[in-house]
Amino acid sequence: MNKGVASGIMEALWGWPPPVLDPAGPYASSVTTLAWALFAMGVLVTGIVVAALYVAIRGPERWRRKLGGEKAVWIGGIAFPAVVLTGLLIWGLALTASLTEPITGREARVRVTGEMWWFRVEYLDPAGRVIVRDANELHLPLDRPVVLELRSADVVHSIWIPHLSGKMDMVPGRINQLRVEASRTGRFGGVCAEYCGGPHALMGFVTEVHEAANYDRWLAAQAARQAGAVAPGATPGEPAAVARDPQVPERYDPARGWALFRDTGCAACHRIAGTEANGLAGPDLTHVGSRLSLGAGILPNHRGTMMGWIADSQSIKPGNRMPSYDRLSAEELGHIAAFLEAQK
Amino acid sequence: MRHVAVAALLTVAACKPPPDDRTSLPADAAERGKAVIERVSCGSCHAIPGVDWPRGGAGPSLEGFDDVGLIAGALPNTPGNLAAFVRDAPATKPGSTMPPMPITPAEAQDVAAYLYGMKDE
Ligand code: HEC
Ligand code: HEC
Ligand SMILES: [Cu+2]
Repeated sequence: MNKGVASGIMEALWGWPPPVLDPAGPYASSVTTLAWALFAMGVLVTGIVVAALYVAIRGPERWRRKLGGEKAVWIGGIAFPAVVLTGLLIWGLALTASLTEPITGREARVRVTGEMWWFRVEYLDPAGRVIVRDANELHLPLDRPVVLELRSADVVHSIWIPHLSGKMDMVPGRINQLRVEASRTGRFGGVCAEYCGGPHALMGFVTEVHEAANYDRWLAAQAARQAGAVAPGATPGEPAAVARDPQVPERYDPARGWALFRDTGCAACHRIAGTEANGLAGPDLTHVGSRLSLGAGILPNHRGTMMGWIADSQSIKPGNRMPSYDRLSAEELGHIAAFLEAQK
Repeated sequence: MRHVAVAALLTVAACKPPPDDRTSLPADAAERGKAVIERVSCGSCHAIPGVDWPRGGAGPSLEGFDDVGLIAGALPNTPGNLAAFVRDAPATKPGSTMPPMPITPAEAQDVAAYLYGMKDE
């Protein structure tokens, strides 16, 4: 795979060192420690068996007789495994006790809903009200436990952030809770780990871990944007889109993009907070301009991918539930992309 | 020994392809061009040899593009035209359905170098 265009899914599955061996939080790290310990035990036992085999074939007569005796079976075949396995079990249970610690209810809460084939993400306040609606991206504070409230809108999905935790199913009609905690800032990929039909293999997201203070500031800013209404007639979003190349005249106008967004039918499936665009069938686009990925963790987010996704998402993610808009002209695509880039 | 060396030198010189503005584009320009193509994801609208992902279908596949006579059916396929087209298609070919891309003119030349140097199966 092309590392150059990596985002959510590729980082979760192709990252180096392999994400499952590179824990970034206490839950994942106890699992990794246990895995290494089991691996080491396996190597040790294999070594003993190979040595015994050698003795049995080539060893001196006296040793061979000992190895074939009843005592060897009692010690090597029963006592040794019993002691070692019991020890491992007790140690493993103690090590992973933190995984099953009860949820206190004081943790921050984020509701993540599996949809075919993307993740709806909603940040809750302590009273359980949704304060920020977002998608395909999970922001976490450093060193603070967060409980993910996992649901499904359709079929069984499973959420997996290999750097942070094990997998947890998202089952229709049920709420599963998964506690995650990160001990390192950075971006970590996540995927759906339960086959859910069609483009399941292209269903992922990006997790970003912030310093706790930055996280609080980020959440407050998003919540303020979501609570505010956009005056009728005004264009939502930041006023000036950033032009990467000052030599390219910014001929695209977010205001025209907004008009196209409403007239082309995008608003029927996508929400932009504070406006009449309140569709729920697709990901919330209120903050799509600052999203780290597009298409549920499969593309980096910039002008080229934004236009390519809108023009023909079906060729990139076959079977996904957004129609391709191949009848839009280059100008119209440019206006819509400029508008969406301004939704920070 | 000297004769062998001279002969070898002559053979190598004879193998050098005739100067051609397509094949003499430096290899590192093509390398840089590929990095630009990946940065702005031209692949989100085109299948491009050497780019595994994405391989979108909004624009035509660029497999075998170096043999195409006209860019987008309109412009002679020269490096100058190609560099102008990939940066700002509607300005180069009025009515083109490919939107302008946020790259500098120098980057556009590197991209053209890559598109000409692609090895298709
Ligand atoms: C029929 C409903 C529907 C319509 C109409 C629709 N979309 Fe979508 N859109 C979706 C769905 C569903 C997804 C998620 C696809 C996936 O990743 O599986 C999506 C994804 C997206 C994304 C990527 C979001 C992300 O975070 O990955 C963008 C951007 C987007 N749509 C823009 C648009 C624009 C612009 C229009 C109008 C030209 C539009 N959509 C019309 C349903 C729709
Ligand atoms: C939003 C989608 C989109 C993006 C992004 C895009 N293109 Fe295109 N491209 C098109 C379309 C549509 C056409 C057909 C244009 C026409 O016929 O006028 C095209 C045509 C072309 C052609 C001419 C192909 C031919 O067979 O004549 C080339 C070369 C090309 N694009 C290169 C690029 C490069 C390089 C990039 C990245 C810098 C890029 N494109 C980004 C949509 C796109
Ligand atoms: Cu799935």
